[in-house]
Amino acid sequence: MGKQATRVIVNGKSYARVVDARLTLADFLRHELNLTGTHLGCEHGVCGACTVLVDGRTARSCLMFAVQASGCKVTTVEGLAPDGQLSVLQQAFIDNHGLQCGFCTPGMLMTLTELLRDTPDPSEQEVREALTGNLCRCTGYAGIVAAALDAARRLRGAAAKPGAS
Amino acid sequence: MQQLAMDRRVKAGGDDVGTMKPAPFEYHAPRQLKDAAELLARLPNAKLLAGGQSLVPMMNFRYVIVDHLIDLGGIDDLRGVAVVDGALRIGAMTRQRDLEFSPEVAKHCPLLAEALRHVGHRQTRNRGTIGGSLAHADPAAELPAVCAAYDATIHAVSVRGIRQIACREFYTGFMATALTADEMIAAIDLPIWRLGHGHGFHEFARRQGDFAIAGTAALLDLGADNVVRRAALTLFGVTTSPLRVEAAEARLVGKPLDAAAIRAAAAAAWLVEPISDIHAGGDYRRHLAQVLSARALNDAARRAGVEA
Ligand SMILES: Cc1cc2nc3c(=O)[nH]c(=O)nc-3n(C[C@@H](O)[C@H](O)[C@H](O)COP(=O)(O)OP(=O)(O)OC[C@H]3O[C@@H](n4cnc5c(N)ncnc54)[C@H](O)[C@@H]3O)c2cc1C
Ligand code: FES
Ligand code: FES
Repeated sequence: MGKQATRVIVNGKSYARVVDARLTLADFLRHELNLTGTHLGCEHGVCGACTVLVDGRTARSCLMFAVQASGCKVTTVEGLAPDGQLSVLQQAFIDNHGLQCGFCTPGMLMTLTELLRDTPDPSEQEVREALTGNLCRCTGYAGIVAAALDAARRLRGAAAKPGAS
Repeated sequence: MQQLAMDRRVKAGGDDVGTMKPAPFEYHAPRQLKDAAELLARLPNAKLLAGGQSLVPMMNFRYVIVDHLIDLGGIDDLRGVAVVDGALRIGAMTRQRDLEFSPEVAKHCPLLAEALRHVGHRQTRNRGTIGGSLAHADPAAELPAVCAAYDATIHAVSVRGIRQIACREFYTGFMATALTADEMIAAIDLPIWRLGHGHGFHEFARRQGDFAIAGTAALLDLGADNVVRRAALTLFGVTTSPLRVEAAEARLVGKPLDAAAIRAAAAAAWLVEPISDIHAGGDYRRHLAQVLSARALNDAARRAGVEA
């Protein structure tokens, strides 16, 4: 019952599958595509570990069905470092102790990727507000906030000096 | 041993190991409103899917088990914001985050824009819709309270046609609405208040993005000599559905707006009979209702040009 075709573009690659309608996007990514970077903490929308970008906007992939994402472009944490080269934000997480166990990190990175794209010069308050939908049980958030602000600085610097890395 | 049992289950149950939170259902994705209405009327044990931010958690827990899920996400007619006959008409499937940044909303219904910042988190607002929030009817939800403050009209569509429901008649009790089983919200009309009116919105939640323990939304329109021409004060999270505090409004309208008038109006919020639950007792909610009403009215007064 309830099989359905879906075609989703994930990190630039198109995948066509026939899946159960009740398969969440998170389970589709993890079990159908083996993209296990997207984590599942609560599976009812409160922890944010499963955050991905759907057509460029953050969404909880545990609260979407894979069939709803048909025709959409999805970006997961794997898509942030396509050639194994960490993004500026990911490097800033390492440099600022933005992670300990790493469970929340994929969701944090996706939320902050959206924030820094839309708000290149966020205040600390704006960073903290963006992160209210992502729970971390390890870091106490200070390192994550520092990483976000550091990444914002680096990205602005790179934008100001075209060609410089 | 355990691994073997696991392997057997994988073979027997297919892809059913550790996944598939919700019970099985048939998925429908109509492109036209009339097709959605027809499906809703015809299919047994069917439910509408909007942003999924309230429904899917309940399905994942299997609190809600449906045979058919009708996804409204593909119906273009249900999205958008326009000014129609002195009201802001908002399609039911308009995403909360789009409303948060809509210039029309900021200009005509700034109370809605302010309230939206308190609705969950950016990720839930990217998916969640205004229609879904109104239909879900959580007593602590912000958007029903805003609609109550504006005396919104809800356009309900079914195979039988379209009917308009006044917000005052829409909420009938705890998480209950006047919608019949075959009806869906197509749009919401928020009557636009005069330019220069003031608005205020305050809520108390344990953390930013949580459902509020109590909150309040206020609108004030002032005439000559700062006499109040119109006032709306709504509480949410305090009773089973959004509550217009008419006693407070009556204490304001026709009188000059000053600190004493706001105190008297906020005191009327103390007279409501609040709910009590694990989050807070009734007495505490009553206290919050009064304090937050005063803050919201003060903000509204300031924005209408009076430092009360
Ligand atoms: C972590 C988290 C925090 C949240 N915090 C808040 C908060 O602070 N305040 C708040 O108000 N909400 C909050 N929410 C819920 C909010 O995000 C939802 O958007 C909202 O409650 C439902 O809208 P939806 O579009 O997601 O609807 P769905 O979840 O898709 O649907 C909700 C219900 O409405 C019905 N429905 C949907 N559309 C229609 C329609 N057009 N006509 C008739 N019936 C319809 C559905 O059948 C279902 O029963 C939170 C959710 C999460 C996950
Ligand atoms: S797993 Fe999706 S929000 Fe927790
Ligand atoms: S690093 Fe462990 S949960 Fe955030």
